[in-house]
Order: sequence, then C-alpha cells, then structure tokens
Amino acid sequence: MEEPSPRVTQQDTPQGPCAVLAGRWTAAQLTEASAWRQASRDLQALPAAAAPGALLGWNLQSLQQFDHIGAQILWDHWGRQWPTRLDATPDQRAVLERVAQFTTTPPAPLRSTPRQQFLDLGAWVLQGLERGKDLTRLIGQLLLDMLRLLRAPRRGPWRDLSGHLFSMGAAALPITALVGFLIGVVLAYLSAQQLRQFGADAFIVDMLGISLIRELGPVLAAILLAGRSGSAITAQIGVMRVTEELDAMSVMGIAQGFRLVLPRALALAIVMPLISVWTTLAALVGGMLAADVALGVTPAFFIEALPGAVDVANLTLATGKSVVFGVLIALIGCHFGLRVKPNTESLGQGTTASVVASITMVILVDALFAVVFKNVGI
Amino acid sequence: MIVDVEKLWTVFGPPEHPVVIHQDLDLRVRRGEIVSLVGGSGSGKTTLLRQMLGLETPFRGQVRVLGEPASCMGGQGASSRVGMLFQHGALFSAFSVLDNVAFALRELGNLPDALIRDAALVKLQMAGLAVADAAKMPSDLSGGMVKRVALARALIMDPPLLLLDEPTAGLDPESSDSFCALLGSLHREMGLTVVMVTHDLDTVFELSTRVAVLAEKRVIVNGPVREVVAFDHPFIREFFLGQRGRRAMATLPEPAPAAQPV
Repeated sequence: MEEPSPRVTQQDTPQGPCAVLAGRWTAAQLTEASAWRQASRDLQALPAAAAPGALLGWNLQSLQQFDHIGAQILWDHWGRQWPTRLDATPDQRAVLERVAQFTTTPPAPLRSTPRQQFLDLGAWVLQGLERGKDLTRLIGQLLLDMLRLLRAPRRGPWRDLSGHLFSMGAAALPITALVGFLIGVVLAYLSAQQLRQFGADAFIVDMLGISLIRELGPVLAAILLAGRSGSAITAQIGVMRVTEELDAMSVMGIAQGFRLVLPRALALAIVMPLISVWTTLAALVGGMLAADVALGVTPAFFIEALPGAVDVANLTLATGKSVVFGVLIALIGCHFGLRVKPNTESLGQGTTASVVASITMVILVDALFAVVFKNVGI
Repeated sequence: MIVDVEKLWTVFGPPEHPVVIHQDLDLRVRRGEIVSLVGGSGSGKTTLLRQMLGLETPFRGQVRVLGEPASCMGGQGASSRVGMLFQHGALFSAFSVLDNVAFALRELGNLPDALIRDAALVKLQMAGLAVADAAKMPSDLSGGMVKRVALARALIMDPPLLLLDEPTAGLDPESSDSFCALLGSLHREMGLTVVMVTHDLDTVFELSTRVAVLAEKRVIVNGPVREVVAFDHPFIREFFLGQRGRRAMATLPEPAPAAQPV
C-alpha cells in the first residue's frame, strides 16, 4: 500500500517545474506532528510560487485523499490566489473553490478605548441599580403574598411548603450537627489554653455560651444553609426558566411569587431558627466535652452554670437574626434563579453568585445586628 | 375576532442597540380558523405567540386576544381561555403526567379530586396516551409523548383558543401524522381556533385553513393556502415553491374550502 504521509515533490514537466502532491492531505494525517513538519518542510523547500520565469505548476492527481484542511494549507501557501497551472480532479477543484470562497480575514477585534471603558462603567452601575430594583420588587411581592396568605390561608401553597421544610430543614440536620459539634470542640480547646493561664477555667462556660448562642450558632447555620439551600433554590428556579416551565406557569395563571418564592421564603424563615438552635446545641455539646477533657470542667457544672452565664435575650436575638437570614437567603436565591439565561455557564455562574451573595449578606446583616443590639443581653 | 394584532412593534435590547423584531405587524384570526404562522428562522414567530400570551410587551401597537388586551392574560382561570403548547413541552418536571394535565383544574381548587382525576385521564386518552402513562414522570417520556401530554394539559379546560409552537418538530412521520389527525378532529369536535407556528409544510397543507407568512418583520400575506402559495413575493417563492414545497403541495386537496365561520 502506498505511503499515506502527506508530502510534496518537485518534478520537471514540459510546461515547467511542477510540484506534485502525494499521500493523504487530510485532517487526520496532517494533524500528526511528524506529518505536519514533513509537509511544511516540503512546501517551504519549493521555489517560491511567484518566482519570475519559474512559474510553479501544481499537480494533485496522485493524491490518495484530499479534504478541506489540505485545501486550506495549499490555499494559504498560494497566497490566497489560484496558481497559473493546476492539475486536479473536479472534486478536488470543488473543495479548493469552496475554501477559496469562504476564506476571509476576520475583522480586527475592537480595542477597548478609555472612553468605552468609562461608558461600560456607567452601564455596569445602571445594571446594578436594575438589579436592586428587581430585588426590591421581589421583597415587595413577598410581603403582598404573605398578606394574601393570611387572608385566605386555605388556598396557600402548603404542600410546596412542607416539601421545602423537609429538604431545607430535616435533611440539613446531620451536616449542621457535625459542623457545629466540631466548631464547639475547636473553640473550647483554643479558649482553654488561654483561660488556664489566668486560672479562669470556669469562664469557659461564659465564653462558649455567649459566642456560640449569640453569634457562631446562627451565623454558621446560616452559612451552611446558604450553601445548601441557596444554591438549590437558584438551580431549581434557573432550570425552570430554561425549560420554559415558568412561562407555562404564567400562561396558566399561576402567580410565580405566590407559588415559587413564598413557600421557599417561608420555609427558610421557619427552618433557620430551628437549625440555628440545633447547631448551637451541637456546638455546646462539643465545647462541653472538650472543656471536660482540656480543663476538667465537668458537664454537670457546665449545664448548671450556662443559664446564669448567658442571658436569655441572647437566644431571642439569635432567633430573630436567623429568621431574617432565612428570608434573605431565599430571596437572593430566587432573585438569581430568575435571572438565569438558557445556557449551562449562566446556571453555574448564577448559582455561585447566589451563594456568595447570600453568605456576604449573612455576614453584613450579622454585623448590623451586632451594632444595633450591642447593649442587649450582655 | 379571536386574535387581533394591530400595528405591533416588538423591540428588544438596550436603547443604544435596539433589535426590531416586528414592525407594523397586523394579524387577525377569526373563530374556527386554523392559522399556520410560517416564516424563516429568526423572523419572530415564537415572539409573536408570546405577545399573544402576554409574555412580552409590545413596544408600540396592541394585541387583543378574545376581546381583551394580551397583557391581561394569565390571570385566574387563564387556562379556560387560552391553551399553549410550548416548543419543548415545558412540562412541570417535578410532577407526574397526570398532575401536569390536571394542574390547571387543581389550581382553581373548587372541584372534587376524583372528578379532576377523571377529566385529566379523559384528556390524556384524547391526546393519544394510555392510562398507564399517567403515573410516569416527564423525564421518562419520549419526545412525542411529551408533546401529547403538553397538548392534553393545554386543552384540559377546553379553551376556545389553542396556540402551538412547532408541534411536529422532532416527531417521526407517523407521530406527526397522528398528531395532525388529532388536531383536526379536535378542531371539528370542539370548534377550536388554532394558531400554529410551524416549519412543517405537510402540516401546513394538511391542516390549515389559512396561512400567515411572517417576513420582513410583518405579516406579508394572510389567507387560504392556495392564495398564499400564489402570492408573488421572493420569500414565498423560496419557502413554498422550493423542492420540498412543491412535493408537499402535491398533497393539497382540490379547492373546496370548508365553511369559514366568522
């Protein structure tokens, strides 16, 4: 069988010097490194096609196979012009003609001028304001839907709500317990080192109690649920947008706010304080055990001293914070979900942005609560 | 007049780079017609359907459906006025087939559950599916079955107007045939008015009483099939009188137009 590697040889014919192509000039052959090197070396070795007095003819008749990649290489080598002498089969000519017809120089990429960047900045700000408007609209619609629910409770989306309560709450119990427990252990160990220096072992209860009940429990639970449920909400609603389910719903007269956003917001508002308490408890148990091991502070002492060390106002504050976290996580998730465009990249970006925005929101709102309620409970 | 589109302008995109989809578009659909909306890709056929459903807002002009502005569509009981078959079905992926079809009825909340179930099963079987399919999830269905379920869902409340977006796209010839037969018989029995976006010339010739051709951002002709095919316009020549067009036209019955009620 003839050697398939693409090559060019030069022959002298009665009409003048002629370059003869042989082998298979196809994508499969030419994309092999050695074949490409050989072929380009052969082409370079040819006398220049436009050398005066030695017009080079081209003979493609002995090619085994010829496709558009081979044609493109030839066309580019010919400087995007037809050679004066070309001996090729009609099919090969058709391929070359198609390549010749469609080869163009792409337009130069638009350079971004400072003026354009300035205008882009303005457009970006306006876009941000649009987003803010959408979020405000979402919050307003949620309030109206809650009123509607209160007025006619029997027609509420209770099945949706119970489904969300399970997937957002009950299913999150193991992970939040684990994370809470470990954080409690770590916190207790680190504090124990410092407290032992001052002989203030007993104050471990105060430290763990206030920090966990007031701050770490709610914030940790909120961050975990933002990652879990915030991304799930965005993905669910985003996919519904892509498959036109949202359009089908609105065509059938189903209010999106009432049936999609309200159950999720309500579910997270109910679930978040409960999970927050659960996480705090797990953290306290972990801290209690670690305090026992590290400082010899018995669990009995811990449990007895806790109510005295931590004012119940801390718990109330933590619960209130959690409700706000829950509603905002759900709203942010829905907001990003409703903006997802019909492509996979947009879905991934939207989900990521939703989780990042939710977590940032949790931290900001927590700081806000800390400042506003700084005199409560301590 | 079931659908009345008057001097519609549809414009997308930011004010600096507006993209005009429809420009001064007029379309009227009377009761009992089956109108095929044809046009090249990107000519705005699906957008026109969305305008009729109130999913898009007109830049200028107005769209009235069943005597009311299209923006009022989609309120309570919308399914009793208009049924829509989306191009890919748009079934609710979290619900079973039966729940999908019964959805609109359940939303009203006034009927007993057993009655709703029976009504949904009737519509399912009318659409050509078996009772055994009622418990399946949309992800378990083939393309043809998805479209049938979507049709049953659109028709659950026997709306007077049915909008279809490429109903036979992606269906094998046998399914397309039975789908057309189904639409034809429903049209006769229930007096449906149908507006159908389609590329399938066989469906256009077999089913439609009128054809509306969308080109150059407006409806260039809206009339009975034979009249449209004879209309002198470069797009119509390419669309209907190309190779496929001529083959499909051979199946046209000899002119004996069915009664055209107003």
